[in-house]
Amino acid sequence: MSSAIRIKNGKVYDPLNGIDGEIKEICVQDGKIVDSVPDDSPCIDAHGMVVLPGGVDIHCHIAGHKVNLARKFMPENKRHDVSPRVNELRSGTGGSVPSTFTTGYRYATLGYTTAMEAAVPPLGARHTIEELHDTPVIDKGFYILLANNVCLNQLLEKGRMEEFREAVAWWLNAAKGYGVKLVNPGGDEPWKGHKNSNVHDLDEQIRGFDLTPRKIIKALIDATNDLGLPHPAHIHCNNLGHSGNYTTTIETMKTAEGRRVHITHIQFHSYGGEVGKNPTSKAKEISDFINNNPNVSADVGQVMFGEATIMTGDAPLTWQLRNMTNKKWINADTECESGCGILPFSYQEHIYTHALQWAIGLELFLMAKDPWRMVLSTDHPNGGSFMNYPKLIRLLMDKQFRKEQAALANQKAINSTSLLDLEREMSMYEIAIISRAAPAKLLGLTHKGHLGVGGDADITIYDDQEDKEAMFNAARYVIKSGKFFIKDYEFCSDFQGRILHVEPEYDHAITQKLRPFFEDYYTIQFDNYPIADSYIHDGEVVPTKSLS
Amino acid sequence: MSGSSKVIENAICTFCGCVCDDIELTVDSGGKYITQAKNACVLGKSWFLEHKVEDFPVALIDGKEASLEEAVEAAAQVFVNAKFPTIYGLSDTTCEAQKEAVAIADYLNGNIDTTTSVCHGPTGMAFQGVGESTASLGEIKNRADFVMYWGGNPAEAHPRHFERYAVNPKSHWLPNGKEDRTIAMVDIRPTQSSMIADIFLQIKPGSDFELLWAMRALVKGRAFDRSVEERTGISLDRLEALVQQMKDCQFGVLFFGMGLTMTRGRHFNAGALLQLVTDLNDFTHFVSLPTRGHGNVTGADNVVSWQTGYPFGVNFNRGYPRFNPGEFTTADVLGRGEADALCVIASDPGSNFSAKAIEHIKSIPVITLDPKPTVTSQHAKVAFTTATYGINVPGTVYRMDNVPLSLRPAFDSPFPSDEMVLRAIKERICELRGITSNHKPVAA
Repeated sequence: MSSAIRIKNGKVYDPLNGIDGEIKEICVQDGKIVDSVPDDSPCIDAHGMVVLPGGVDIHCHIAGHKVNLARKFMPENKRHDVSPRVNELRSGTGGSVPSTFTTGYRYATLGYTTAMEAAVPPLGARHTIEELHDTPVIDKGFYILLANNVCLNQLLEKGRMEEFREAVAWWLNAAKGYGVKLVNPGGDEPWKGHKNSNVHDLDEQIRGFDLTPRKIIKALIDATNDLGLPHPAHIHCNNLGHSGNYTTTIETMKTAEGRRVHITHIQFHSYGGEVGKNPTSKAKEISDFINNNPNVSADVGQVMFGEATIMTGDAPLTWQLRNMTNKKWINADTECESGCGILPFSYQEHIYTHALQWAIGLELFLMAKDPWRMVLSTDHPNGGSFMNYPKLIRLLMDKQFRKEQAALANQKAINSTSLLDLEREMSMYEIAIISRAAPAKLLGLTHKGHLGVGGDADITIYDDQEDKEAMFNAARYVIKSGKFFIKDYEFCSDFQGRILHVEPEYDHAITQKLRPFFEDYYTIQFDNYPIADSYIHDGEVVPTKSLS
Repeated sequence: MSGSSKVIENAICTFCGCVCDDIELTVDSGGKYITQAKNACVLGKSWFLEHKVEDFPVALIDGKEASLEEAVEAAAQVFVNAKFPTIYGLSDTTCEAQKEAVAIADYLNGNIDTTTSVCHGPTGMAFQGVGESTASLGEIKNRADFVMYWGGNPAEAHPRHFERYAVNPKSHWLPNGKEDRTIAMVDIRPTQSSMIADIFLQIKPGSDFELLWAMRALVKGRAFDRSVEERTGISLDRLEALVQQMKDCQFGVLFFGMGLTMTRGRHFNAGALLQLVTDLNDFTHFVSLPTRGHGNVTGADNVVSWQTGYPFGVNFNRGYPRFNPGEFTTADVLGRGEADALCVIASDPGSNFSAKAIEHIKSIPVITLDPKPTVTSQHAKVAFTTATYGINVPGTVYRMDNVPLSLRPAFDSPFPSDEMVLRAIKERICELRGITSNHKPVAA
């Protein structure tokens, strides 16, 4: 049986190879893009269709302890959104936090073939991997939370920088992580140890440590660059959601001092105004900074009106939101590693702050001079479900639609931003950049996000429609690793994707330093902590750059 | 290597929800039993040391010996011929087996439920209503200077809970261990556990909700009726002093057991407790944790949740998961005589469900998977003898605080694992029902 496929007559958008809507043949063999296939290979006539690389989500929350807490937490969001079993495709439930099978199928149905779970305490990595095994079709990886790690903080306050870097490498190996995530750096210690307080300034001393958030940020930016990780430090800045937080965001970016850094859901960090009062848009200031600093990339974290779930390692933030909304709330601390907060949320057009957040996200997309460094996300499910991506794409591509939608939202908020002055309409090429090529490039996934020879055969084919929301909502064909998931709109087969992780080199002597810490602070044995290679069913180690 | 015994370090005890992972097992040179279980508690020692591979048949069909293949076929036939097959148990097996069980329920449009529905099910329901503030046990070991147990007796049910997690450990933040902590207990009678407490509130049976609600009022500074003193047997002065201590601590934790969730009030009790803990977060850091019983009941909650979106009591009759405790929980499904086939994995409803449910169990075909004969397996159409998780079978389990661990089995068993048996049944069901379960390349 041949695994070759030929796709002909399609309009191809492949920005990493500079292809902008050319009619071009794409050939697939054994899961990869190839030059040519035998003449008698099965063929898709993609006339009237658009051929794109599979989508890559650089930041979402789809697997692990906090995601599963949110699933159990909200039966009310599921009964109206079920996903029946289709032959061997497993059933599930949706809402803003779908069950695992449904998550995989729904991503793939939109044409997404890779997604990165963005916040995993290493102690919970085993749980995350178990869920990712049950998240079919797509390839996936996860970032481990290291910016509130008691052991790393102790090394850092003593200035033991080499051991710090070795320990970061050990942790990535032990947890099978893909990258390093910082969430509200330094905020856990005041939250857990000092009566639910927080840190607010990058240069404020963190209670309990001789450290500041800036020192932690700098150390992890340096460690990720020095270790040659494919993706740099992935930062959820301090002061998320607070009026006036844009200065914290700019200071965080400055801390990189020209080294690579990724700021995530930057929309939530682009606010002016005074603490405790209504926020204003500082999208222009944030965009200007990123436009002028090529070492910095970001994903937007667009807010979409409707149902969402706040789930984050930033526990103090959710406590604040809980006190504003008086909704049910979860707090979940992980020893020595992380905090976590969850609450149901809904973004509403008529509310000033929600409308402002919506507009700021769009401003950030449209003001970015370099789409390769301002990529698409809703911080699923925090800004809204990934199921909103088609609508978001339409908002970016269709000025008229954007204005109609803006007219439905709080006018005081909309008029306080420059959204209505932004005439830009993104092209299909640019959409292919922000949803495929750029996230793959920022992740260092050289075999993804493009359709060049040697790349993974992760391909989406859409009917070319005027209504881009309708178009991106239902792919006509989805091919993942050369296998059909959707063929002519129909589910075809169920299969597993790979787990992507890194294995940076480290000196094994570091384990002798870490072991006593574990004996004192953790409740599981040091030798039971690392995840065995055999635990991962189908893994792929993405290489790190060799250290020079 | 005959003649020398084998040592397994950092082995994991799955007897209770503590899931201690520091056990050192010595396996007899013959590789058939464990001679030593260092660090294990009295319950753990009996779990490991009394485990012998016994000379049971691998399977019985209608009480007669059968091969594994025959039994798999018979079980698959029972399943596919049922209109309302129900799967139950799952809290004493690996997550890998639990996943296969959920798959079977999904492929059969059946019903799946775990022992959670008869222990901390009310906690799960209360959690859906009000949320929770919680923590992994290490955070409690490191930081909790106020530790309270409500409606449980860990000294006898979770013997190492004090020593490993909550009472005795010394830490960076609590260098003097127990001396740096205040230990409080609430129960209806003195127990082995209450003996170590600094504060013991002996409340009248069935008054948990009233006491919790009064404490909430005190935390929030609201007025309430003094009759609560008489109702609960606790004086207001004591209660006020206790609540003040809770508000003043640096990091508080409230553990609770089935004395709260399975007595009058059930999920109202659990909800009141969870909400009290949330209220306390206005003043300090406070968390709560149910002290879960079975070794992997927490894993069962997790697996069923991530695969279906709901933690227990899940029904697939309509081709997708629905959740309704009281409707799809096994005790109810059997008590109303609805299920027409039952599969029990690592549990024994035949010995502890209601008389009506047991009567119904006896009237329908039952499939059991268990390392030992049980009351339920006596009535089984198909009874599998399976290997014991943790001792003979590797896999993943979750501690009561949702921390996952990989098992380190001590020696091989001649019996198959639950996972193997369930997967074989699943594959046969898929064949019989015409469900293609593996990827086939599809030509364009």
